Amino acid sequence: MQRVASPPDGPIADKKPDEVPGRKPMIVAENVHKWFGGFHVLRGISLTVHLGEVVVIMGPSGSGKSTFIRTVNALEDYHRGRIVVDGIELTHDLKNIEAVRSEVGMVFQQFNLFPHLTALQNVTLAPVWVRRWPRKRAEQVAMELLERVGIPEQAHKYPGQLSGGQQQRVAIARALAMQPKMMLFDEPTSALDPEMIKEVLDVMRNLAASGMTMVVVSHEVGFAREVADRIVLMDSGVLVEEGTPTEFFQNPKEERTRRFLAQIL
Amino acid sequence: MDPQPQAGKASLQRSRALPQPGEGPPPAPRLGAVGWVRQNLFSTWYNGVLTVVCVWLLYAAGTRVLAWVFATAQWTVVRVNLRLFLAGRYPQDQTWRIWAVVLFVAGLGVASWAAWNAARRHPAAAWFRRRLPLAWFLSFPVVVWLVRGGAGLPVVDTSLWSGLLLTLLLAVVGIVGSFPLGILLALGRRSSLPAVRALSILYIETVRGVPLITILFMAQVMFPVFMPEGVRPDRVLRAMAGLVLFTSAYMAENVRGGLQAVPRGQVEAAMALGLKSHLVVLLIVLPQALRAVIPAIVGQFISLFKDTSLVAIVGLSDLTGIARSILAQPQFLGRYAEVYLFVALVYWIFSYSMSLASRRLERQLGVGER
Ligand SMILES: Nc1ncnc2c1ncn2[C@@H]1O[C@H](COP(=O)(O)OP(=O)(O)OP(=O)(O)O)[C@@H](O)[C@H]1O
Ligand SMILES: [Mg+2]
Repeated sequence: MQRVASPPDGPIADKKPDEVPGRKPMIVAENVHKWFGGFHVLRGISLTVHLGEVVVIMGPSGSGKSTFIRTVNALEDYHRGRIVVDGIELTHDLKNIEAVRSEVGMVFQQFNLFPHLTALQNVTLAPVWVRRWPRKRAEQVAMELLERVGIPEQAHKYPGQLSGGQQQRVAIARALAMQPKMMLFDEPTSALDPEMIKEVLDVMRNLAASGMTMVVVSHEVGFAREVADRIVLMDSGVLVEEGTPTEFFQNPKEERTRRFLAQIL
Repeated sequence: MDPQPQAGKASLQRSRALPQPGEGPPPAPRLGAVGWVRQNLFSTWYNGVLTVVCVWLLYAAGTRVLAWVFATAQWTVVRVNLRLFLAGRYPQDQTWRIWAVVLFVAGLGVASWAAWNAARRHPAAAWFRRRLPLAWFLSFPVVVWLVRGGAGLPVVDTSLWSGLLLTLLLAVVGIVGSFPLGILLALGRRSSLPAVRALSILYIETVRGVPLITILFMAQVMFPVFMPEGVRPDRVLRAMAGLVLFTSAYMAENVRGGLQAVPRGQVEAAMALGLKSHLVVLLIVLPQALRAVIPAIVGQFISLFKDTSLVAIVGLSDLTGIARSILAQPQFLGRYAEVYLFVALVYWIFSYSMSLASRRLERQLGVGER
């Protein structure tokens, strides 16, 4: 339950230095560029996310936040630079792109639950078909996850019968079912009514507290203050500023950040 | 659409205490039978005139039809030839095989229906329900074996397949064959491989550009020309091939419509879970796409079923072909009305059943619910 900020007690000498919790880089992006036709969306993004870290990405609409987060699990390709996820470089000719994706959970703004499957089937789908778990075991794990996100009683309902907040929690459980090493969230609460935002943020808080590596695109200031280890501001395809929540909110270095904060606070 | 029960409910509710808010069904509009008639049939003077004219027309036509059906028409032609209509020239002493097919299919149908409905309660039913597609798939060779013979049964040559039997066989083979072929063509048309895409488009657009009758003629006349001497697939088989090839092009376009209706986010979510692309198509895209186009697909099947009547023109004796030969019997010369009315009724029964089944299926799968 405790954050992994400080190295654990006891001998760590027999571990390689980059395996010390909090040190191991899970996502390394170096000078990433991407164009949509003639439009330069990502203009040299460099960001490293370490094991157990929670990074919140903020920024105005159209600044390329979604595009960047989607390059991390290769839903979008990129044209220059380098992205390494858990030691595997994402290249065009990467044979097992699915293997990388199965280690990276993703939660979408629009939930994207599979409407023809029940909540439980949504969660068991990937473990059964990708991990090849027996159905029994997959269902057991799925039920545990649905309990963890607080909706075990909705297991046999279809997405169309669930509220937005419930759907998004199923979507989180679905991503967690693959036992991913890190989770990406693309504005997970922006499509939700205010009263449902909290239930989703609570789930994400618990997830962060359990030590999950997370990259979250979000404008939830309270959540960012409380949970983020680092906040970055993205604007027009570049990372403008990066800092701890205190630095970011109380003492921003860049004029651009101050203007952005003036708008959302 | 069906206001009578509503009106009844309304008059029932009148005598009850007003329901408390938040309890009971929503109140029905309070209309008696007279009120309903006034509101729906005589709301304005021209609606009133229209109603009167329609009722008069219905009455005049209806009584004449009934008089013809029960007094004038001579149904002997149907009664005497019933077996010919249904089983055609299938050997008399082998008729039991057709009954066996009917029983077998009906049994499988009832079992499927039971399993579908009991799947929630009984694990065995759920087990069977998951294997229903397989069961139906395997039933196909069984039916073919029963009808055609071989492996212990005397072979009945396809030239003896006729009547409703032939019509149904053509339709079933057409449906079973064109469905997967259509899906493959639809996927091919959206493939990222240019060659596959081009071939699919070429095929679909070529076939959709010509009438079915030309394809059937080509299958009968041209096909043998291209084949080496001595290889002569039989006429029924060739007609089946023609129907499958024709229908699959239309099926492909229907399925493509469904594929386009699946949001991009579905594919992305599936890929993000690490599913390989063929599994994404199989588990996520196709089920949603096919559900969305059930009405169109069933419509296609119904029109295929009726289109099988065109094989009569290339010399096969399907239901309409048999009808023509019955009309040539000396004692029934000129009994067109009776014969074709009966034939139409048979077509209608099957088409309407398919329509009903499709609506049931749509409801079961909750199309349009989300
Ligand atoms: N597939 C695409 N083709 C062309 N342009 C695109 C595509 N996807 C995104 N864009 C453009 O790229 C820019 C960045 O989009 P992106 O979705 O990454 O922004 P964002 O920061 O996530 O914005 P928001 O806060 O609105 O979600 C936008 O101007 C958008 O119009
Ligand atoms: Mg976005």
